[in-house]
Amino acid sequence: MQPFTYIRAKTAAEAVGAVATRASSTRFLAGGTTLYDLMKLNVERPDSVVDITGLKELDSIDVDGAELVFGALARMSDVAAHPQVVTEYPAISESLWRAASQQLRNMATVGGNLLQRTRCAYFRGGEPFPCNKREPGSGCAAQQGIDRSHALLGGSDACIATYPGDLAIALVVFDARIDLLGLQGQRTIAVEELHREPGATPEVETTLLPGELIMRIRVPKTAMGRASSYHKIRDRESYAFALASAAVALDMDGDTVHAARIAIGGLATRPWRARAAEQVLAGKALTPQAARAAGQAALQGANPGRDNGFRIELGARTVADALMLAKQRA
Amino acid sequence: MTAHNNTSDMSSWADEIGLDRRPASLVSDAISIHVRVNGRSRTLAIDPRTSLLDLLRERLALTGAKKGCDHGQCGACTIHLDGRRVVSCLTLAVQVDGREVTTIEGITPSDGRLHPMQESFIDHDALQCGYCTPGQIMAAIACVCEGHAVSAESIREYMSGNICRCGAYVSIVAAIEDAAPKMTKV
Repeated sequence: MQPFTYIRAKTAAEAVGAVATRASSTRFLAGGTTLYDLMKLNVERPDSVVDITGLKELDSIDVDGAELVFGALARMSDVAAHPQVVTEYPAISESLWRAASQQLRNMATVGGNLLQRTRCAYFRGGEPFPCNKREPGSGCAAQQGIDRSHALLGGSDACIATYPGDLAIALVVFDARIDLLGLQGQRTIAVEELHREPGATPEVETTLLPGELIMRIRVPKTAMGRASSYHKIRDRESYAFALASAAVALDMDGDTVHAARIAIGGLATRPWRARAAEQVLAGKALTPQAARAAGQAALQGANPGRDNGFRIELGARTVADALMLAKQRA
Repeated sequence: MTAHNNTSDMSSWADEIGLDRRPASLVSDAISIHVRVNGRSRTLAIDPRTSLLDLLRERLALTGAKKGCDHGQCGACTIHLDGRRVVSCLTLAVQVDGREVTTIEGITPSDGRLHPMQESFIDHDALQCGYCTPGQIMAAIACVCEGHAVSAESIREYMSGNICRCGAYVSIVAAIEDAAPKMTKV
């Protein structure tokens, strides 16, 4: 691991100033579960890290207002177990406790989780395999390689790395937003606007400006929260990344869908809101057949490679099962 | 913070085996941290790259926490930080400044008995090679304290971060189910 300068930030503004003005490799450090892991692999080689875990104003969970507000430093395990999140927004709770292990959830923050980097083995492993995220312009080994876990949606010739997170999938279903602090001041964007598709520049993964810090996540309160689910299919029952996942939330009028929101994870290069699938269900009775049709619509445009084609059908069925689970909660 | 203080704080066992516990001399910006480990205060100068796992094993001679994968995937290095279980391999040692660390060496009562979870692992033969066992036991104690040891299914879910290559899972789950009610009496 390359030596680095360790800096403890006392205020958010100081942290932003330090990251924005130092070398471009300077990183914020929160729970460290992604950054320190990737530093050990020499994927991340920061010149300096700015520890923000001392910023106590960013670790609160506030559910009393018109929005759920999760400070960026709230731990995954604490948000997952928050009583109101568990009962009123089960998809958010499930997206958290079905991710990682309890040890990692006690460390990892929700802000950091949104920025978790891909698990693409070529990205993590590096040499002798080229990776455009690691070395822009070097090529993408996954295109001709083992692509079983790679993205079916949102990929490009330069990169088909899957966005690995779960929480972001649930958050885009609820139209959550994030407050950002940068050198130019504060701004708020939709979680859905945070991640970029790789296109020709897969090394640029988000729309964050240099030095911009996620301060908090805001989830508008909605009655659809209770009728929500996060369904995740893995190679083993627990502690694995998604082969396919789906977050759904329903507004039901009896058996009829008044409105549905659907997003899929583990299948795309970014959190993927499936609006075409939502339209398939609007005004329809939520039968297993309708749920399957919505699942197939969610995977529309999926572009299979060598080994990952099975995840099109798997993804469609995951969406359908998530819908039927959410219906039971309506 | 001086090297002298550092040395006097070491266990005699570490001295006997000649463990290298010098502050990393190759790095200019060593950082001083103060941490309580198993109830004992320590002040240490460390290279900021040091993991808590390496600090425990290489500097403090607490070799109970094991280095399995060093990437947060196996759970063998599980310890408690301020009472919550974490993987020490992905915890930067500089981030435990001012905090309380408990390792497998710190869970036994002072009268020399074993912790009820340790007793239960023995009673249920919940190990074969034993390499993952300290991490399993630290995770298991936390699993009970969190209130997650309520059913075999819940134990399996909340112990999924600890991998056992020998495959002693059935006995591990039985040991935790058995120890949970005994722990509330400790």
